[in-house]
Amino acid sequence: MAPYESDDSTNAGEADDLRSGRRKAARYVVPVAVVGVAAATIGLVPALADSGDPSLPKITAQQLIEKIAKSDVQELSGTVKVSTDLGLPNLGGLESGLLSGAAKGRDGSSADPTSKLTELASGTHTLRVAADGQDRQKVSLIESAAEYSLIHNGKDVWGYDSKSNEVYHGTADQAGGKKHKDEVPATPKDFADQALKAADDTTSVTVDGTAQIAGRDAYRLVLKPKHASGTTVGVISIAVDAKTGMPLKFTLTPAGGGAAVVDAGFTQVSFARPAASTFDFTPPKGAKVTEEKDKAGKGGERSHRTAPSQKDLGKSGAPKVIGKGWNSIAVIDSGAKGGIPSSSGKGNLSGFIGSLGDHVSGKFGKGTVFSTRLINALITDDGKVYVGAVTKDALVKAADAGR
Amino acid sequence: MSRAESLTVRAPSPLWTFGLLRSELVTTFRRWRTLALLGVLAAVPVLVGVAVRIETKGGAPSGRGGDGGGPAFIAQITNNGLFLVFTALAATLPFFLPMAVGVIAGDAVAGEANSGTLRYLLVAPAGRTRLLLTKYVTTIAFCLVATLVVAVSALAVGALLFPLGDLTTISGTQISFADGLGRALLMALVVTGSLTGLAALGLFVSTLTNSGIAAMATTVGLLITVQILDQIPQLHAVQPYLFSHYWLSFADLMREPVYWDDLVKNLELQALYAAVFGSAAWARFTARDITA
Repeated sequence: MAPYESDDSTNAGEADDLRSGRRKAARYVVPVAVVGVAAATIGLVPALADSGDPSLPKITAQQLIEKIAKSDVQELSGTVKVSTDLGLPNLGGLESGLLSGAAKGRDGSSADPTSKLTELASGTHTLRVAADGQDRQKVSLIESAAEYSLIHNGKDVWGYDSKSNEVYHGTADQAGGKKHKDEVPATPKDFADQALKAADDTTSVTVDGTAQIAGRDAYRLVLKPKHASGTTVGVISIAVDAKTGMPLKFTLTPAGGGAAVVDAGFTQVSFARPAASTFDFTPPKGAKVTEEKDKAGKGGERSHRTAPSQKDLGKSGAPKVIGKGWNSIAVIDSGAKGGIPSSSGKGNLSGFIGSLGDHVSGKFGKGTVFSTRLINALITDDGKVYVGAVTKDALVKAADAGR
Repeated sequence: MSRAESLTVRAPSPLWTFGLLRSELVTTFRRWRTLALLGVLAAVPVLVGVAVRIETKGGAPSGRGGDGGGPAFIAQITNNGLFLVFTALAATLPFFLPMAVGVIAGDAVAGEANSGTLRYLLVAPAGRTRLLLTKYVTTIAFCLVATLVVAVSALAVGALLFPLGDLTTISGTQISFADGLGRALLMALVVTGSLTGLAALGLFVSTLTNSGIAAMATTVGLLITVQILDQIPQLHAVQPYLFSHYWLSFADLMREPVYWDDLVKNLELQALYAAVFGSAAWARFTARDITA
């Protein structure tokens, strides 16, 4: 850019004025062009980067499932993005307050994994995972200018909440690092394991082409309930890494359509061994350390708090299960009359929670249905709870039949 | 300065640019206004440090400190004074730092016009583009100095009031004090980078008007507006394009390994703002009639 001659328009004639006016206006093309180029880049680069689906040798669904089962990835590190949209009523910060409030109790620590990871039940979160063998794993929940890390190293399980500078300490053989991880599925592999466990003869399993996830070639495995009449589960799609057989992305779309209920996928993954220092943890000076106590009394409570996405996937535990495959419904006899969920506990909340449900009646009597986009629950007035990834009608039918 | 030489030479030598820049820098940093702004910025870490110190004097660290909010990292200050640097940056970045930058950037051209010195600056064969570039570089230099003032003041206060030593990253791993200092410096640079977009915006506003006060007020007003817009959840679609959206990403430098995604987005966004508003300022400034 040549320096502008500031004196060239002082004594200009009318024609010159017009020309220089046009030239002046022309300068504004530069910022406009910059905006245009930026907008085009933002719009086009993702489209260009999506270089199409990779071509991989054909594989049958059976082979692919075996590949997942055989997959033995011991060392990895990566970033996972988890979005859950259960269609819970938007209560702003309230629901997380309720969740963690219920979990925390009086003496709880904000670094307690059970209270922290329930946050994953709604919204979009970024996690970093690292693993080096069976004994050393780390999951970190990325927050704004803070992080919650759950570190399993040998026999120690550490939870560190950098925001409040609180530390939670447990031991692996008492609590089990695995167990902590299982409570809330976070990585695509956790979700995929749950889904495949539930996949039986009521499920159609197909391989549907390939995809590129986090820069790696992957097969896409699609699970569909065969008799889709009763269930709210539409399609489950799992992207499986072609080389290692590790699930890289898990998407669950509800039968009702719309956005995915659960969408968990690696945005970046590496199968190199993470640095050993990743798993070292010493509580920082001055941090408040909470030791894990015997949680026997809290066990029952804990099962209510786990993310509902887990319950439907065939992992009902103690409650009686009616139906089969995707249409299965768990029946819990809470014994509490009045029809208000015992799990919500707090008396002053029951009225509020009751107002969130739909009132239904049938041969079984009266009850309240609480629905999300995936899980529906019917709580009858005589205290029975029917829960499943099924439609409201299927719940009522099950309740009628249960009488 | 080589005034005699520049009068005879029509096309100014490259050295003239440095002479211009040096005189700009000296003028800017000698102003009482600038010194007062830097003083305010230096006082913020002192305030935060003393407040945390008094709060935790009873011995019990405020374990719940992180629950209610407060600037990032505030819970860790009592364990390691270095965290005061991070806290101070997190506390000043949303408002104090950009406000100071808005004042300097808004004043850059409009202030000269206001006091009637702009035309004399242009009579000397500086060239408008060159003058504008010099003004922008001076503003960026102020961004850097202001950030360093906050960081150094915080480090001094942190070292005085709290212990120093190895520190725990927010990912739970430990790094040495030297590594921590390096990261603090890197953070200061990232924070400086975060302000470049606003500096360009302020410079553009400054070329629009002949009133220095109006330009400063507009820039700071825009800053506040954008900060508010960034808080409204319903606007999440446009928020990634607001210049302040990724400002706090400098905290990602305290993760182990460093989480670069947002940091890179932040710097890209600042570069975009600098390019758009820098070129708009150029278009405006080189085309307008200088009457004052």
